[in-house]
Amino acid sequence: MIVVQLFLEFTLLSFVAFGGATALLPEMHRVVVDQQHWLDATTFTHLYAIAQAAPGPNVLVVTLIGWEIAGLAGALATTLAMCLPMSVLIYLLIDRWDSFAGRRWQQALSLGVAPLAVGLIFSGATLIAQAAGLGWCGGLLVVAIMVLNLRTRWHPLWFIAAGALLGLSGWL
Amino acid sequence: MDHPPNPQRPDLRALFLAFAAVGLSGFGGVLPFARRMLVEQRRWLSAEEFNAQLGLCQFLPGPNVVNLSIVVGKRFHGWRGAVVAPLGMLLAPMLIVLLLGMAYDRWGQLPLAQEMLRGIAAAGCALLFAMAWRMGTALRDKALFLPFTVLTVAAIAWLRWPLPAVMLGGLAAAGAVAWWRLGRP
Repeated sequence: MIVVQLFLEFTLLSFVAFGGATALLPEMHRVVVDQQHWLDATTFTHLYAIAQAAPGPNVLVVTLIGWEIAGLAGALATTLAMCLPMSVLIYLLIDRWDSFAGRRWQQALSLGVAPLAVGLIFSGATLIAQAAGLGWCGGLLVVAIMVLNLRTRWHPLWFIAAGALLGLSGWL
Repeated sequence: MDHPPNPQRPDLRALFLAFAAVGLSGFGGVLPFARRMLVEQRRWLSAEEFNAQLGLCQFLPGPNVVNLSIVVGKRFHGWRGAVVAPLGMLLAPMLIVLLLGMAYDRWGQLPLAQEMLRGIAAAGCALLFAMAWRMGTALRDKALFLPFTVLTVAAIAWLRWPLPAVMLGGLAAAGAVAWWRLGRP
């Protein structure tokens, strides 16, 4: 049963989703595209693009991946698997958290996980860039949007819209 | 800016609707919107409470905002709140994303759609690069910790090692360095 398999794979993934669903992109790509061959790299990139253009938490890319692989049951399975284990854990842990706060091991882990999360998000970005098959025009667009996003306070939706329009005009 | 606490406890309906509004307003991350709603608009949490609770939500793996909605839901209505708040945040955006998924199945193969999606993917990965840049420049003790970023990229993007092993090894090594660093004045 592919739905059960999806549920199990994404439950496993949820345990290493430090930095949220965005940091998990490379690993999802590895499992879904390279290992299980449930989707090809282009479709994976498209699903990421659709999730970016839609409102809602970043985790919804997981919903789309599940949908594309196994329909509604797949979408529910991946979403639930991604959210449920940590939800239960946080429900149980939150009342004790205050007593941990400030402990040295807790600070060390928070400090240590940050550079890894940066690396994961950077890796996800390179992966999407590769799979999108951008020419040098597309590469230029990526650099331009990155700089503009860092330098201005424009809403990210404008960049998404600009990307869509430039894509439609056949520039990329 | 000071935001006095809201004396009124939200009922389940209010929780659901408030988180639904947050879920629908965010593009590429809803955390800033969640903060604005919780701390500034509804004043269900003080700024310090928000930071403290977010600590655990970011410390644990998993979608941070979903974790946060569970914490807030539990605080006001126990397990019922912890079910209602994340549902409120996820249901409407899930529906939208599924409709888009259906549209993709129907028209995704058209050349025009492919071109458009490629443009959106380019913009999306640019936003990811920017996010990594922002997080990277915010790192403390860069000389000490940036090498771990580089190693993570090499292991994940280049060597394509499985994430659990990389995370386990990386967290042990980076955590040990952080432990050592914290012990020095």
